[in-house]
Order: sequence, then structure tokens, then C-alpha cells
Amino acid sequence: MRSSTAILKELEDESIEIFRETAAAFRKPVLLYSIGKDSAVLLHLARKAFYPAPVPFPLLHVDTTWKFKEMLTFRDEIAQRYGLNLLVHTNQEGVRDKITPFTTGISEYIRVMKTVALRQALDQHGFDAAIGGSRRDEERSRAKERIFSVREPGHRWDPRQQRPELWRTYNPKLSDGQTMRIFPLSDWTELDVWQYILENDVPVNPLYFAKERPVVYRGDQMIMVDDDRYQLRDGEEAVMRMIRFRTLGCYPITAGVDSTATTLQEILDEITEVKLSERATRLMDGEKEDSMEKKKVEGYF
Amino acid sequence: MSRSIIRLLTCGSVDDGKSTLIGRLLVETDSVPHDTVKAAQSVRRSGSTIPAGEIDFSLLTDGLEAEREQGITIDVAYRSMSLLNGKRLIIADAPGHEQYTRNMAVAASRADISLVLLDASRGIRPQTLRHLTICSLMGVARVIIVINKLDAVGYDQKVFETLKNDLTPSIERLGIKDYSFIPLSALHGDNVVYRSDAAAWYSGPTLLEHIQNWEGGVAKEKAPAHMGIQMISRAENFRGLSGTVLNGEFKVGDEVVVLPSKREAKVARLVTFDGDLEVAAHSQSITMVLEPDVDATRGDSIELKSGFTLPETRYTATLVWLGESELIHSRSYFFISGSTQVTGMVTSIRHKLNINTGEHVSARTLAMNEIGEVEIALDTPLAVNNYSNSRETGNFIIVDRVTMNTVAAGMVAHPLRRSQNVTEHHYEITSQMRASQKGQSAKVIWLTGLSGSGKSTIANALEKKLFSLGVHSYILDGDNLRLGLNKDLGFTREDRAENVRRVSEVAHAMADAGLVVIVALVSPFKADRDQARALFNADEFFEVWVETSAEICAERDPKGLYKKAAKGEIPNLTGIGQDYEAPESAELILDGTEEINANVERLIKVIL
Repeated sequence: MRSSTAILKELEDESIEIFRETAAAFRKPVLLYSIGKDSAVLLHLARKAFYPAPVPFPLLHVDTTWKFKEMLTFRDEIAQRYGLNLLVHTNQEGVRDKITPFTTGISEYIRVMKTVALRQALDQHGFDAAIGGSRRDEERSRAKERIFSVREPGHRWDPRQQRPELWRTYNPKLSDGQTMRIFPLSDWTELDVWQYILENDVPVNPLYFAKERPVVYRGDQMIMVDDDRYQLRDGEEAVMRMIRFRTLGCYPITAGVDSTATTLQEILDEITEVKLSERATRLMDGEKEDSMEKKKVEGYF
Repeated sequence: MSRSIIRLLTCGSVDDGKSTLIGRLLVETDSVPHDTVKAAQSVRRSGSTIPAGEIDFSLLTDGLEAEREQGITIDVAYRSMSLLNGKRLIIADAPGHEQYTRNMAVAASRADISLVLLDASRGIRPQTLRHLTICSLMGVARVIIVINKLDAVGYDQKVFETLKNDLTPSIERLGIKDYSFIPLSALHGDNVVYRSDAAAWYSGPTLLEHIQNWEGGVAKEKAPAHMGIQMISRAENFRGLSGTVLNGEFKVGDEVVVLPSKREAKVARLVTFDGDLEVAAHSQSITMVLEPDVDATRGDSIELKSGFTLPETRYTATLVWLGESELIHSRSYFFISGSTQVTGMVTSIRHKLNINTGEHVSARTLAMNEIGEVEIALDTPLAVNNYSNSRETGNFIIVDRVTMNTVAAGMVAHPLRRSQNVTEHHYEITSQMRASQKGQSAKVIWLTGLSGSGKSTIANALEKKLFSLGVHSYILDGDNLRLGLNKDLGFTREDRAENVRRVSEVAHAMADAGLVVIVALVSPFKADRDQARALFNADEFFEVWVETSAEICAERDPKGLYKKAAKGEIPNLTGIGQDYEAPESAELILDGTEEINANVERLIKVIL
């Protein structure tokens, strides 16, 4: 069922309140910008929250060096269009150790190039608050996440030591070594995000729209061959298929779906009908039940 | 204007079939992704009796790994679903056996509707009353009592009617206005989304219908329109006050006041990214421009001049204690209400509530999961309403100043008018003038350390030295004060906090008189010492840690306390039955085994 404009307005007002609370209560916040649709909405809400003043904190993108090319182009375009302070961080030790999705297994790759990289970037800049686009409907361990979620020294998440969060009265106080993760989209659903993008003309990445793209099959999942670093099997060749992506990430571990949706309206029609959880297209989560919770404990978003 | 997002709380444990009920509600309204449903058909927890291939509905709502291993969930989880009438339902699930009150209070704090689950085969249990009490306390608007597992009693109408008749007086007594009973089987799907054939005698709404037909959500707040200022928005030629409107509405041209200063202005603009508004209503996030652009800052609030909340410092309130360490009255905590943060303390506990019987019990403290009625005193006036008039502007949280954890949820009962009758007078002769008349500057030397560490000895030697130098001083000795001013206090954490508070107030008065005050007090807790420090200017207060090892103190044992503690006669001796929290930012650390004159010299160097 479609999210009504009234629902979106209530969600928007609440997210704006969270953004303002973050900007005012923390010394040095940062917005985690992953280039996907949730980040796009997050950024749009930030622009609304502080209007007519500019967004008062930088954007941080953790670049694993394996993102889709179209993601990076889009990222730089957006930063320029809105005059944003964009920071990009890559774990250089991981690059030096040649950690790739092909060499170490996906979970180790994620740990080094995403989780560790994120921790490095937060420490290096001394950010005390990081705003992320996670939603409670994405995955089970996220359903228990707070809106203002404390991280212990070392960015560890301790699900048993979460602060009680009541009413809309947030506790932004930190003791020594703690940092905060903030999730303004906690109550949003995937459908809300798309509906909001449609109603507010929020620019989103072209990879979300169906197009003929070169793919290979891994099990029953379709992987787009985005550059010549992709390790093809003997005699294997990419075939052109009309696909789009439901989530964006590192291209070798993000599967596309068959689709003919080339407009926002068609995307909305499609996800209203296809009842599949969006993270099903991420290779990383399928590894083991509760893999998201483990990553979060280590400091992943 | 009714809200489009309804929040639902579910109360009950795994035994009542709560997870199954929510799971079924989600699946039958097609709110769960199909691959997730598939997983719930294949994954089984150990001991599960659900046949392979059928959906284990309870798996859809349980969360974290460690909790699933135990077969129970112990925190609050949130889940969204679309209602068939286009509204959104956000379900807060607060299960668990331990920390129950705490989790449920969290989930209930925003809930509009609450489901209280009862196992028809087991009847009313103590937890049922507990659930209803918390719903009433946290102001949940509609309560639906779900008589579940009706299949287990053969869909017997008599069982349902008996439970209903037995429970109704309690619900009435708790003052819950909008309540109803639904007979249901979550396992077989009777009266959840689909009407039951087996219980055809029931003609009332199904659970889904009863949730959907809730027409509340209108802000029926009986409190003034309010906007807490979250931040000042500054751009070129622009200064506005950003916040969320609560309780009522603001219009361009409205005469308003800034609280607590009571400065007056008019609303010039209501700014949003999507264009200026003429009217801003409840829950809208806006930026207000005032004319004239009066002084206002984060934490202040805006209300209509025609009727606004008087900022007060003293209130009675109901607390749900959430912290692992118990409430210490007279200790300073942060009180956060909206974007306003002040310091204050709990000055007395009127009683605590026996949540199973509703009885009021006298109490000296509140431990985790306990509920009590207390009096609070804030250091800065705060504009809050009675919780029964507005949930949004009648709540606060209490935060521990050291761990920064949220330790209590507070609901304002009413202001204590007596604070209004006390006004601070400002006299013309100042502390500096009094001190300079004596040719000195006022100081407080706060000696902290274990019993027997040498505080009194050092204080005595220091005062003799100061006396010979012509400095006018006075010693506040912990033991001596306990013979008079503090003779009603014991040695529990709370009493020690009150002891420190009184001594620091006396020291403050003496410093105000221009004296050099030497305090010799164990003062084992950092939070209490910090609170004392907060009374003084930075250059007035010297925390001095007399560091002597516990072994040497016990060996010295000048008052025989360690011997008594060893025999179990003194339970709270610092270092034995209670911890000593070492100072982290003492101005000076003295070695208590050092020669006395050397220590006095070091003190003199710092003070003069």
C-alpha cells in the first residue's frame, strides 16, 4: 500500500527534529553518505532541516574502491550541485594488503574495507556523532536500534547496554570515549523512501532504474560486470540484461534484479508488488543468520 | 487533524503468545517480505513444536541473536505495517521477563494504543495488573485487552466473560477510559484479522478493526501551544528559531513570549524549506522569525502571550527508575525535557508504587524498574506541563552526570508553588569586598580521602599555619558536623550525597563571607564532589586528594572503624563495604604518609 502524503509529512517532521537536535547537541557531527537512495533522502532532509542556512556538517563517503562507477560520478555531482563539504575515505592498509571481494571472502572484505575504514575515518576527523540512513524495517537487528545510539570506545555497539529512549526526548550526552550514531530514518520503510523521492523530486542514482547492463550469474544472483577487474570464470562472458538495483554497494557483491522499471513511478509499482526484503540482493547478509548484528557490534553502521 | 501514524504497544510475554499474535497480524496484512516469511517456515528454534513447513509467526518479531538463543527477547523492537485504511501502524514490542517495567515504559511512552495479552487458560496474573498500571501511568489512550489462546479453553464464552468481569474493576480504578476486550486465538487466527467462526458468540470488532477504528491521534492536549528552541538558524540577513510545534498552533502575527525570560515578541514568519506558512500546527518542524528579534537560545521555548506555562524550579513527578544504580536523592543529575537541559536533584521520595497491588510504600531510594512519586528541585526554572495535560511537554528524562546514561523517565505531576515564594535577594556587599577587607581571597580547600588517610591532621596543621599568617579560616570537619547539622544522616550512598550537599552549602556561605574554608570529608563519590565544585568559581575551589593506601589507613585506624568493619559491624565503610571513587581532576594530590609540614607547604603554595 502507498504511503500517504500525510504519513510522509509526519515522518519528515520527525526526521528534521532529529537532524536539528544532532547539529545543536554535538561538537562535530558528520553525515554518512553512501550514495544510495536512503542517503539521498537523508541529504534532502538535512537541507530542509537547516534551510535557509546550509547543511552545517560535512558528508563522509567510505570508498571501498569497488563501488559502481556511476555511484562516484553521481556523488561528486551532488556534492558540487549543493555546495557540500564531501570527505572521502579509503582504508589504505586494506588496499596495500590487496583486500578485495575476490581474495578474502566477503565478510572479511566488508570488515576491512567498510567497518574498519569507517572507524578510521571517524577517529581521524574526531567526529563525535555520525548520522546514518539505516531504517528499522531493513533487518531484524536494526529493529531494536535506538534513534540516538551510543557507541562505546572503539565504536563498539553493545546491544545489551542500549540507553532507554522515551517519548521524543533524546539523550545526546556522551561520556569519555563514547560517540553517537544517529538514525533519522528509523521509522521509515523502503516504500516511504521511494514515495518521498517521487514527491520531492530527490535526485537518485541512475543504477536504480532498469537498463541493459552486462551481467554474469553467481548462483541465481545477477552481478553486473562494471569494469575489467571482475574475475570471470574460464570462458565466461557477460550477457546484456535489463536489470536495476534495489540497493547500491560494491558492484561485485550487489546483485541486480530483472526489471523494466525506468521511472520512479514504475519502481514504486514494482516494489509494491514484489514482496522481497531489499537486503536479499546483498550477498554479504546471506552468509549467516544475524550477520548484520555481528557487523554492527564491530562498528559497522 | 488526526494523525496518520498510530503507535501500538504490545504487552505480554512469550507465554501469552504475543510474538505469534504480532507475527500473524503482520503476515495476514501482507506486511512481511515474502522471503522473510519463507525463512520463518524453515528456521526452527530448539524445542519448537511447530510442524515443518508451517510459519513460526513468533520468529518474525524476535530480534537479536543472544536473545533468540534464550528463546526470549529482552529489549524493545519496532516494526511498521500499513493499515488497510491507509494509516501507518508502528508496533513497539517490549517483551522480556527481566527489566520488564523499564522496557514497557519505554515502549508505552509513545504508544497510542496498547494490547494487553492474557492467556485464557491461565487467567489474570500479577503481570496483567502490572501492564495495565504502566499503560495508565504512561498515558496510553486506548487499551485493548486481548484474551488469547481461546482455542485452549474450547472457545468458551463463559471463560471470556468471567475474565472480563474480574478485570474491569481494576481497569476502572486505574482511570483508563477507553478500554475493550477481544476474545482471540493468535495460533489459529481467530479475531485477529479474520472473524472467528469458532467464537461466533462474539460480535464485536476484530483486533485489526479495533486498531483501525481508533480516531484519536488528535492532539487533545490541554496545555498551551509550545515550541522548544532546538537551535538558532543563521544565514545571510536571517536569524530564526528552529523547533517543533507541540500541543497547539502558532500563526503569523501571534504575540508570543520566550521562556523562561518572558521576553515578548510577535511571530513575523514561519519558515520552512517548502515555503513560509501562515499557521504551524502540532508536530510540525519549523523555523520561527520573531519581531523584534529578542534574545533566545537553545533550550528556551516559545509560547503564546495569551496563556503560557510559568517556568518553575520545583515539581512533584512520577519517576520510572531505569538505571542500574539506584536513585540517590540530593545528588545532582541532568534533567532533559525536549531540547532543554538543566541540572537538579530529587529532594524527596514521597512513596513508591507496588506495581502488583497498587499500594503506596515508603521508600528511601528507587531501584531499577521501580516507580515512585518524588519532589524535584531544578537549578534553573523550566517550563513544563502536567503530564496528564500534555505527554509531549510534561515529560523529562534524568541523566547520570558521570556515565551519561538515561537513568529515569519522569512525568510531571504538578509544580510546587512554594518555589515561587522564595526569591534570591542581592546584597550590595560582595564576597570579594568581604574577603579583601581581610586582605585575603575566599577559597575552599576540599580534602577528600579514606577514613584515616590524614585529612583532619592536615586540616589542623594547615589552619595553624594560615592563622599564623593572619588568614581568617575555618575547618568543616565531616565527623564534627555529623554531631550537629548532619546528625540525621547515615552512611548510605544517598545520605553521603546529602552530607556532601549540606557541607558544600555551608562552605559556600563561609566563602561568601570571605573566609578560607578547609573541608575534611571522606566524600567518596565523584558525582557528589563535582556537585560541590559546581557551586564555586574555578579559582575558588581546590579539590585535594589525600592519597593514603587502604592498608595504611586500616593499620592507623585512629577511630577503630576498620576493626569494627572487619567484624561486620559497619557495612558502609569506605574502602571496605563501599567504593572510593578516586578524583580524576584534583588540583592537588597529597601523599598521606609524607611528613606533615611538607604537605602543608605544598598546600600553601597552591592556595596563596
